[in-house]
Amino acid sequence: MRRLLVAVPYVWLVVLFLVPFGIVLKISLSDIALAIPPYTPTLDLSEGWTGFKAFLSQLDLENYVFLTSDDLYWKAYLSSLQIAFLSTFFTLLVGFPVAYAMARAAEEWRPALLMLVILPFWTSFLIRVYAWIGILSTEGFLNQFLMWTGVISEPLTILNTNTAVYIGIVYTYLPFMILPIYATLEKMDGSLLEAAEDLGCSRMQAFWLVTVPLAMPGVVAGCFLVFIPTLGEFVIPSLLGGSDTLMIGKVLWEEFFNNRDWPVASSVAIILLLILIVPIILFQRNQQINKEADQ
Amino acid sequence: MKIKFATMTAVVALCASSAFADEVRVYNWSDYIDEALLEKFEAETGIELIYDVFDSNEVLETKMLSGGSGYDIVVPTGDFLQRQITAGAFQALDFSKLPNAENLWDLIKDRTAQYDPGNAYSINYMWGTTGLGVNVQKVTEILGEDAPIDSLELLFNPENMEKLAECGVYMLDAPTEVIPAALTYIGEDPNSFDTDLINKAGDVLLGVRPHILKFHSSEYINALANGDICVAFGWSGDILQARDRADEADNGVEIAYNAPKEGALMWFDQMAIPVDAPNPEAAHKFLNFIMDAENMAAASNYVYYANGNAASQPFLEEDVIGDPAIYPSAETLEKLYTPVPYPPKVQRVVTRLWTKVKSGI
Repeated sequence: MRRLLVAVPYVWLVVLFLVPFGIVLKISLSDIALAIPPYTPTLDLSEGWTGFKAFLSQLDLENYVFLTSDDLYWKAYLSSLQIAFLSTFFTLLVGFPVAYAMARAAEEWRPALLMLVILPFWTSFLIRVYAWIGILSTEGFLNQFLMWTGVISEPLTILNTNTAVYIGIVYTYLPFMILPIYATLEKMDGSLLEAAEDLGCSRMQAFWLVTVPLAMPGVVAGCFLVFIPTLGEFVIPSLLGGSDTLMIGKVLWEEFFNNRDWPVASSVAIILLLILIVPIILFQRNQQINKEADQ
Repeated sequence: MKIKFATMTAVVALCASSAFADEVRVYNWSDYIDEALLEKFEAETGIELIYDVFDSNEVLETKMLSGGSGYDIVVPTGDFLQRQITAGAFQALDFSKLPNAENLWDLIKDRTAQYDPGNAYSINYMWGTTGLGVNVQKVTEILGEDAPIDSLELLFNPENMEKLAECGVYMLDAPTEVIPAALTYIGEDPNSFDTDLINKAGDVLLGVRPHILKFHSSEYINALANGDICVAFGWSGDILQARDRADEADNGVEIAYNAPKEGALMWFDQMAIPVDAPNPEAAHKFLNFIMDAENMAAASNYVYYANGNAASQPFLEEDVIGDPAIYPSAETLEKLYTPVPYPPKVQRVVTRLWTKVKSGI
């Protein structure tokens, strides 16, 4: 029974990660074809071992070589990385104070505050992003409000720019930043701060020397939870971004749908995954070191 | 436990029965049918109709090429249809089950045969042109009374576009429609596969790119109708819908549609049955229903697109059959060209060029 329980995460990993990854990797080594499915070769097991060998011999790295021949791809990766880094930073900037305030609120208020953070998930993500179109457009609520207060006389162009993309991403991923930080801050022992003050720290110093380091695991977890999905984000840039917003998710879409080139689309996806695996491994190692240091 | 099992078997039985019930799944373009027709079909045949919509050929094609879409009827545009037929995505129609096929219009059948040889796999649903939607008052204010509102000069001459930028220009986000138009403008064959020529057309587009507000394939309907923009390069029926919305709103916006006089692209949306359709029998019934003269006329009267059904024409309303923007004169018809699908290598050049036009990279 225990073994079975231990096996569950592994089965999960194999079925939901390794198998799809293998399929995408295989397609990335194939060639485009006008057929169902639109690539070649496909594995025919009825031929036995020779069929498998013939299948393997037709796979090559051609598509990866192709990606290096056009500067579109690395520019798109770079631009996605930039957008992901900046959005993570802004999300942290907004998320940390919110989490801090929640952890400091009176105990009976905390469940209600937590509820408020989670509440938006009850509405579809797509509808919430659409709502931003109504807010940010030239005749949208934001411009109407700013014109009404007299702050601006000409409406601002926000929709269909990168600014709108940042707003959309920060809004959407904010709960993923708040929740882990809140979890670590809430566990924090308040007497540590008293001790710091007894030892001569000002409140500010105590915050930077005690609270922030103790919140670090939550901050790191929150940053990863925001950074990783943002890098491949497609919906937000395509709804709120302009035609000059360059992100790898959009390039992938075009390869897949416009060029109908599944092999090249798959190699774009594999490289995206490789880019993500490096920080994930670093993160894991970091967690491990922290744990050992604790012991 | 027993109760649980009982409910489970009940659920399984329910699912099974619905899977075997007579139903037909249709996948058509959004805003593309009079919904009363769907109810009429269900009432007449007793077949349950499940109607889903899409808004781009690319999305449909990916579903077709993946296989197992679960749809019984899909509606690709001609050049996409041709590629999907080659890939083996459709089944040949059984015309013994389609007596209403005699209503079809030979003139359109001749043209669609280019994509579907012998019209063996598909029937025409609607067809139209790609052209210029213009807010007449604003454009004549800016360019004068003799503004070239029926010419590609309006769209591809940077001098005109520079002035029009102040009132807003939208363009279809569809390279396979815009690049042939740019090729026509420079006097070349719109269906050229010559990548040098395609890049030349790209230069025309890059020249006017700074003055284009947005590339989008559906937002221009509302933007034109509200008066937010003054020129849109889009699909005929969509622009006519914008014209009607502006009329209804009575906001003083007057929209005109013109197919460019240099030559315009003529497209055909074709109904076909996927090779793995779960219920081809019901699919044939649906096709036969839609080819009924009165039903087809009701659809055209609703969406403002011309159809490929000759028998439906007596039932069309005057503002549909009598409008040369919907049913062009024989002379204009001569000038319309039909697009040919690009081979993969050329398609890649076209997509790459389109990214460059839109994002500058």
